[in-house]
Amino acid sequence: MKYIPLFFIGLIFGIILVKGEIVSWFRIQEMFRFQSFHMFGVIGSAVVVGFISVTLIRKFGIRTVSGEKIDLSPKPLRKVANISGGFLFGLGWALTGACPGPIYILIGTGAFIFVAVLISAWLGTYVYGLVRKWLPH
Amino acid sequence: MNNYFTYKPLELIFCSLVVCCIVIIAMKELFNSYWPWYVAGPLIGLMVPVLLIFFNKHFGISSTFRDFCAVAIPGRIDYFKYDVKEHLWRNVLVLGSLAGGAIAVLLTGKPVQVHISPQTTADLKELGIADFKGLLPDDIFSWNNLLTIKGLVFIVIGGFLVGFGTRWADGCTSGHAITGLSLMAPSSMLAVLGFFAGGIVTTHIILPLIL
Repeated sequence: MKYIPLFFIGLIFGIILVKGEIVSWFRIQEMFRFQSFHMFGVIGSAVVVGFISVTLIRKFGIRTVSGEKIDLSPKPLRKVANISGGFLFGLGWALTGACPGPIYILIGTGAFIFVAVLISAWLGTYVYGLVRKWLPH
Repeated sequence: MNNYFTYKPLELIFCSLVVCCIVIIAMKELFNSYWPWYVAGPLIGLMVPVLLIFFNKHFGISSTFRDFCAVAIPGRIDYFKYDVKEHLWRNVLVLGSLAGGAIAVLLTGKPVQVHISPQTTADLKELGIADFKGLLPDDIFSWNNLLTIKGLVFIVIGGFLVGFGTRWADGCTSGHAITGLSLMAPSSMLAVLGFFAGGIVTTHIILPLIL
C-alpha cells in the first residue's frame, strides 16, 4: 500500500515530461545544438528547486514525515566511471533522444518502438554487469 | 506524539505546493499549450524534496534497469545479486511514469508538433529528417527501420549506450543531473559533463555521418 503514492508521483512525473516536451527527440537535438533555452531552463530550474530544498533540509535539520534523518549523502566519486560512463550515456541520449525516464514514458505515450530501446538498455546494463570488474572506476 | 506537531507545518507547505502546481497545470491546460520550462522544470525539481521527505529516497531512474536484470537474469554476476524488494519503490515510480505518459496523451492528445526552434528544424531537414509531427521523427523511430543500419544505430545501439553508460556513470539525468547537482556532488558534476560531451559528439559528429 505504501507504494501507491509513489505510483502517483511517477504518474505526475510522466505527465510533466510529456507536457514539457522533454520526452521529445527533437527537443534533445535542439538542446545539444544549443538552439533554445527550453531544456537548459528545465534542467536548470529543476536543479535550483532541488538545491533550495536540500539546503532547507540541511539548514533546518528537517526529517522525514516519519521522523527519520534524511540521507543526503551524494553518490560516491569515481572519476573515470562518472566521466566515461557519462560520455557513453551522452552518446546514447542524443541518439535515442531519451534518457531513462523518457524511455518508459514514451512507451506510455504509444511509441511502442521504445520497447526495443528499453530492451537494448537492459542489455547494456547486463553487459555492464558482465564486464564491470575489468572497467576502470 | 511530538513528531506529529513538529512536522505538521512541513506537510502543509508541501500540500500547498502541490495545490499550486495543480492550479498552474489547470491554467496551462486552459491555454492548451505545452508547458514552458519555468513550469516543467520546477515541478521536476520538486521530485527531489518530495521523495526525500516522504520516502527518504533519492530520485533516480536508471537503477531500475539494474533491478530488471537482477530479477530477470541474475546468473552469477555479483552486480545483480542484491535484494530487489528493497528497491521496489523506484520500479513503482517508473511504472507510474509510464502510465503518466499514457494519461498525458489520452487527456490532451499527442502534441501535433513540438515547439522547437526554426533553426533546429532547418538543421534536421538538412540531415534528411522529413517527419516533424509528434514527439519523434518517424523517419528514424519506426518498426520498419529496426533492422536497417539507421534503426539499429538509433534504437539498439542508442538504447544499449543508455543502459551501459548510466550504470557505469552510476546515474542518469534524474539521479546525477537533478538529484546529484542539487546535492552539489562532485561525482554528478563530472557525470553531467560527460553527458553533454557525449551528446555533443553524437549530434555534431555522428549524426551527419549516419543520417
